[in-house]
Amino acid sequence: MANAALSSRDADAVAQSLPERLAGAVFSRLVIIVPYLWLLFFFLVPFLIVFKISLSTTAIAMPPYTPVLDFADGLAGFVAQAKELSFDNYVWLTQDPLYYTAYLTSVMVAAVSTVLTLLVGYPIAYGMARAPAALRPTLLMLVILPFWTSFLIRVYAWIGILKPEGLLNQALMGVGIIDSPLIIINTYTAVFIGIVYSYLPFMVLPLYSSLEKMDNSLIEAAQDLGCPPITAFWKITFPLSIPGIVAGCLLVFIPAVGEFVIPDLLGGSQTLMIGKTLWTEFFSNRDWPVSSAVAVILLLILIVPIVIFQNAQARAQEAGR
Amino acid sequence: MNSTGTWSRFNITAVTLGFAFLYLPIVLLVVFSFNASKLVTVWGGFSTKWYVSLFHNQGLMDAAWVTIRVGLISATAATVLGTLGALALTRYTRFRGRMLFSGMIFAPLVMPDVITGLSLLLLFVAVGFDRGFYTVTLAHITFTMCFVAVVVQSRLVTFDRSLEEAAMDLGAPPVKTFFQITLPVIAPAIVSGWMLAFTLSLDDLVVASFTSGPGATTLPMKIYSQVRLGVTPEINAACTILIALVATGVLIASVANKRREVQRLRDEQAAQRG
Amino acid sequence: MKSLGSIRRAFAPWNDPGAKPYIHFDRVTKKFGDFTAVNDLSLAIYEREFFALLGASGCGKSTLLRMLAGFEEPTSGRIMLDGQDLAGIPPYRRPVNMMFQSYALFPHMSVEKNIAFGLKQEGMPKADVEKRVTEMLKLVKLEPFAKRKPHQLSGGQRQRVALARSVAKRPKVLLLDEPLGALDKKLREETQFELMDLQQELGLTFVVVTHDQEEAMTMADRIAIMDKGQVMQVATPAEVYEAPASRFVAGFVGNVNMFEGKVAERSGNSARITGGTGAEITVENAGEAVKDTEVSFAIRPEKIRISSKRPADAINALQGEVYDIAYLGDMTVYHVRLDDGQMVRAATMNATRVADDPLTWDDRAWISFRPDAGVVLTR
Repeated sequence: MANAALSSRDADAVAQSLPERLAGAVFSRLVIIVPYLWLLFFFLVPFLIVFKISLSTTAIAMPPYTPVLDFADGLAGFVAQAKELSFDNYVWLTQDPLYYTAYLTSVMVAAVSTVLTLLVGYPIAYGMARAPAALRPTLLMLVILPFWTSFLIRVYAWIGILKPEGLLNQALMGVGIIDSPLIIINTYTAVFIGIVYSYLPFMVLPLYSSLEKMDNSLIEAAQDLGCPPITAFWKITFPLSIPGIVAGCLLVFIPAVGEFVIPDLLGGSQTLMIGKTLWTEFFSNRDWPVSSAVAVILLLILIVPIVIFQNAQARAQEAGR
Repeated sequence: MNSTGTWSRFNITAVTLGFAFLYLPIVLLVVFSFNASKLVTVWGGFSTKWYVSLFHNQGLMDAAWVTIRVGLISATAATVLGTLGALALTRYTRFRGRMLFSGMIFAPLVMPDVITGLSLLLLFVAVGFDRGFYTVTLAHITFTMCFVAVVVQSRLVTFDRSLEEAAMDLGAPPVKTFFQITLPVIAPAIVSGWMLAFTLSLDDLVVASFTSGPGATTLPMKIYSQVRLGVTPEINAACTILIALVATGVLIASVANKRREVQRLRDEQAAQRG
Repeated sequence: MKSLGSIRRAFAPWNDPGAKPYIHFDRVTKKFGDFTAVNDLSLAIYEREFFALLGASGCGKSTLLRMLAGFEEPTSGRIMLDGQDLAGIPPYRRPVNMMFQSYALFPHMSVEKNIAFGLKQEGMPKADVEKRVTEMLKLVKLEPFAKRKPHQLSGGQRQRVALARSVAKRPKVLLLDEPLGALDKKLREETQFELMDLQQELGLTFVVVTHDQEEAMTMADRIAIMDKGQVMQVATPAEVYEAPASRFVAGFVGNVNMFEGKVAERSGNSARITGGTGAEITVENAGEAVKDTEVSFAIRPEKIRISSKRPADAINALQGEVYDIAYLGDMTVYHVRLDDGQMVRAATMNATRVADDPLTWDDRAWISFRPDAGVVLTR
């Protein structure tokens, strides 16, 4: 059609027809607008609501907070309600040791678990990257597979292992290493084990991908230049895998700080973490304003690592082009 | 690392121990689902009675049905939205608020569940949605679409744009080019995105707990409430079925993938020989 | 049927003042942000011409091609095709087709579907599409591969599918972006001639972008040498090589020796050029060289004779020392350091198995050349 159109010198037939141009323009707008609006409404707006409610006071009503901040009484009513908002909940968070201890513990537990996950994950990723090329896709799939199975189930599996009368203690006592059962469940040790176990694939995958694409001739060159293997690892392999380490650590650390299932099921009442505190505040105490304030502070704590994570993602995306 | 040389003993040990750590708990869980004894940790002989009682547990079956429906609807919607988001990110490098947009795509990947759940619940309350099946679905669409976007985006980044230019050069207008060329070529990534979204929805406990209402209890919520009461072989059986389903799905997908790959490789070699 | 040679010899519309250009770039500029890819460029290409855009990467040749295809719009200037301004016409409405460097074969479609794609877009009846596809498959000798997918083809076969797909619509102009870049050397040489035959057979205008000068010289009727977004010279391959318009073109195409000097004398068409250290060169084709100005004298290595004694009849002869010898089989290249320090390359065909005037490292030697063997460059 194009050829014929041009030879007939019919300018109108050649230029893009109006419906076609409209379709193109609408399509390209939709591509951006639809997901953008969705995320604005279901991701960003909710945070603003959380912030607003964190400034309210709890009430025995539905919704269980006041002021509701609506226009039922017109603009004047809205302004009057807005005046009732206060930072009291935040003051409360700083005064009750329960909260700041929970924040501090969560960050510490997440940090320690992240380091432990790195220590466990690095040799695995390294070993996988060094495996025969034909075996690597299978190994990769085996690392991803647990990720597809439910988080809850994997945490649950550890209860049966770590209980005082559980499989680990039975095995250890059976072999005769210990006489009385180790108390692991409902301690921070159990939380560490749970986090390392559950988040291990998140650590191994980025590490593996940064180690796998590393050119082996770099190591050979280092050794050729007189560098013994261990030194070659620390001087060449390790520095080049730092992007993988950063990505892996962020993928473990950020969600671990706000983790709920693991401290709840494996840590029991003995452990104090902020995700669990928020859950209790919300479901047991039905204190929506305070749980909102807890969430806002948690978000503030995580904002720096999240921004680092986003920048790393954006950079990886640019590099991939 | 492209060496095909020897796989050192250290590396073999690291990988073996790592995989033992990853799989042993799951294997034990599956084994003890066949335990005749009610004590989960003491072996009392082989039995499938917990599976039988599982299928008579109406509450559990209802929850499973809710979960599957939520998963199917949310994964499909999330795939559409996530694919659009990925296109927006890779194809339009300049539009107002792009920074905010990419932030909203990446942040949910690491956002603690409790924050996502709480904020969505408060949104639903604020706009007066009745909590239940649809609020859980909407919540799942929101956090899984970001995972789809990341999966599809990583495919789009390596997409050869000259394919689209060739189609347009041959006379296909942009929209037609998208549906005839772009979409079929990135289809495998979209399918993996859907599978990922479906599994994430299937697994989610925290977001569902916040956003669900009466009559919309999902399977993880049900399992969680029973786990809190103690470990039972029946839960082991339920978990085993879930693991088996997911593992079969993933295995079939990857075997099919592998066979396609092998076939492709063989074709290419044959073509080179002429 | 006329031989290819007689057709090509007679074809020179650019010398005909009455001929109208088929494609006309009229003061075209293309900027990407601060970067100017194409800078105020004008160029005329004639119907049925095999035209090559030659230049290093980043010289703007691909941008020029993409503007013709419609993937980029010029920042300023006009592009005319067959008397019509192409501005605002999207790529899918232009009567030009492109063969991509990566071939851009649709991986999910078979060979025949790939070839039929463009025909279906213009709403051609199904029977006609089939007929044309068969015709195209025959043209590129790929009939047995119609049902294969692109990944089941070898590199050379893929290249031919890409070619068939881009000519299937009978475009007014076929654009080829590094069409042979992905092929190995032997296949490339074969394919060059296939492309030339195809162009003659279909009677199309070809515009090819390449960085390979040998490829451009072999195939093209005319070559445009590009640098920094501008055309440095447009001429036939022989003209580009033997009469480069500037120092850049002389240095870009083939090997060249450059002598810098001042025009000491001018009479008629000849001139005497003196180098900084006293070496003298007499030329018979001084062109635009003006007395007392700085000029370059460019001469190709194969036009320089090397001998151990000064040839008796030589007008231009300079003495030096053999610095290095590269034996290439068909020829030997001598690197001679002249007494004023300049290095000169002289290439000698090895017409006999044993040279009659053997020169070796560090020998004193004379280089000599005819007064019309080189060109004087003022730009």
